[in-house]
Amino acid sequence: MLTTLARKLGGMITVMFLVATMVFFLTRLAPGDPAALMLGDQATQADIEQLRKTYGLDQPLLVQYGLWLKEVIAGNLGQSIFLQRPVLTAIGERAEPTFFLALFSILIASLIGIPAGIISAVWRGGRSDQAVSAGAMLAASIPSFWLGLLFIQFFSVTLGWFPVAGYGDPGAPLAQRLYHLILPATVLGIVNSALITRFTRASMLDVLSEDFVRTARAKGLSESRIVLRHALGNALVPIITVVGLTAALLVGGAIITETVFGLPGIGNLVVSAVLRRDYPVIQGALIVIAGIYVMINFAIDVIYTLVDPRVKT
Amino acid sequence: MSGIHPAHVLAIRGLDVRFRTEAGEVTPVRGVDLDVFAGRVTALVGESGSGKSVTSLAVIGLLPRPSGGVAAGSVAYTGKSGVTVDLARTPASAMRAYRGSEIAMIFQEPMTSLNPVLSVGEQIAEQVRLHMRLDAAAAWRRAEDMLGLVEIPDARRRAHDYPHQMSGGMRQRVMIALAMSCNPRLLIADEPTTALDVTIQAQILALIDQLRKTHGMGVLFITHNLGVVAEVADTVSVMYAGEMVERTDVRTLFRAPRHPYSQALIDCLPARAARAADGRRLIRAIPGSVATAFAAPGCRFAPRCAFRDDACEAALPDLREIGEGHVSRCRRWEALA
Repeated sequence: MLTTLARKLGGMITVMFLVATMVFFLTRLAPGDPAALMLGDQATQADIEQLRKTYGLDQPLLVQYGLWLKEVIAGNLGQSIFLQRPVLTAIGERAEPTFFLALFSILIASLIGIPAGIISAVWRGGRSDQAVSAGAMLAASIPSFWLGLLFIQFFSVTLGWFPVAGYGDPGAPLAQRLYHLILPATVLGIVNSALITRFTRASMLDVLSEDFVRTARAKGLSESRIVLRHALGNALVPIITVVGLTAALLVGGAIITETVFGLPGIGNLVVSAVLRRDYPVIQGALIVIAGIYVMINFAIDVIYTLVDPRVKT
Repeated sequence: MSGIHPAHVLAIRGLDVRFRTEAGEVTPVRGVDLDVFAGRVTALVGESGSGKSVTSLAVIGLLPRPSGGVAAGSVAYTGKSGVTVDLARTPASAMRAYRGSEIAMIFQEPMTSLNPVLSVGEQIAEQVRLHMRLDAAAAWRRAEDMLGLVEIPDARRRAHDYPHQMSGGMRQRVMIALAMSCNPRLLIADEPTTALDVTIQAQILALIDQLRKTHGMGVLFITHNLGVVAEVADTVSVMYAGEMVERTDVRTLFRAPRHPYSQALIDCLPARAARAADGRRLIRAIPGSVATAFAAPGCRFAPRCAFRDDACEAALPDLREIGEGHVSRCRRWEALA
């Protein structure tokens, strides 16, 4: 158990190192000079050179990489070129809306997707199955920005129930800020429920044809107990996988949805950093996102061992 | 059978089971009569596809829904209370009260018949809680006791094990413990030893036999293996292509079978293998394969039968009584004597 845990940790560190390396070099491959962008059209060549020197951009690429990696390992993701503060601070300021948006979205997506998938598998081929399949197809095909605009138009503009955009005043109570997330989380929940529905349905169909489900019936158990305890208990591994991966994707920032709803989240931060060639922010954000991704994967592995005794840690 | 006539547990009369398939309706079980008595073992014998498992699923109400169902006939079950009910007319919701508590079933595949994510103790205790109305602690103790009863060593510890931590033979013992946990009146064992190796097979058969004696339940034992039949059965019903072809007590069946199919099955036993010229023993086989459910009129076995004449293929022969408690569907049964 401990050795497998150690092996997994080793794997995680390797992945993080590779991600860091790729992030660094890929960012440098993109054309554009941050110093020139920062100083604007009026800057002289000397000014640009001076700024490049300040941020170490005049050093050879490998030297830049070595210096940067040393800092990253020490936990220092550097200084934003444009925002005039440490990258970690910039990410921290944007983390809250993204985190809660991801959390609520995955909750809504699971609350829609898992029951819908179960219903559709239990009454396979029936009307409810067809309705669920059609719904899932629709949810998967709707672009989130369009659904977002539709929701804003209807719920915010026409009905006036929710704010049109933004994340409220930073000084406002948390509940008030979270209120801004209801619409975007519902949009993301609906869009992401499609995949969860399909995985749940497929996994439940597999399990419902297993011999032990027949045994459960022969025991005289109620149909709901057979479906929810015996079948769902065995169908959870693929469902947990898809829920976890969707959650990881959402933590990385739902860029389009954040843009539509004007949320100051990580997605927004990354996009503006890319447009301004703010290398430290791009690199730092990608490393943080990759780290969360790796940790969610690790958590999925741990949850596997909790739901299925056959999986060894 | 000797002594006073034992009580009926199950009396199936004229059972037809029908399935709706894409190719139309099929009737894999036609006009089956079958009796199971308290404390006795009725063996139901036949090749794969003969309808024996479908018959047993019809008894316990587990035919695949909605495509399958009982189309005709009755399944009279006399329960613990002494009241006789027709299970074929019992609604699905009411059938649940019989499953597990009155009628228990052991399946062929011990490797896949237990839930992999629940401990074996929990799977037994769950049924005990439901039918015997015991609290969780008492149900768990009952599960431990049942695992001990089926001779699982160190039962109290192994009750916490998951199925994948056990061998096939151990898992089949768990299935038997599960089946026996609510003292059923009728045990349906569908090929319970087929997936096990021979030494384990003998242990499992001995265990079922011992539990039958001590608990007085009736057993419907489904198998294609006549060697097993000789060991466990009191009476034997032979099925072919969805129909009963012969029914008699176990001694008569082996001594004087009166249907060519029964005779052919017995001749296929390895112990009856003939010695060839070079000294090797040749195990015989029945030529051909089981007729499909869409076969022509006439005796279903006729195409594979060595005794057939033209009349055999003209009309389906009826079951006829040819001795005390001995029925055969063969119109030429006297030619077999």
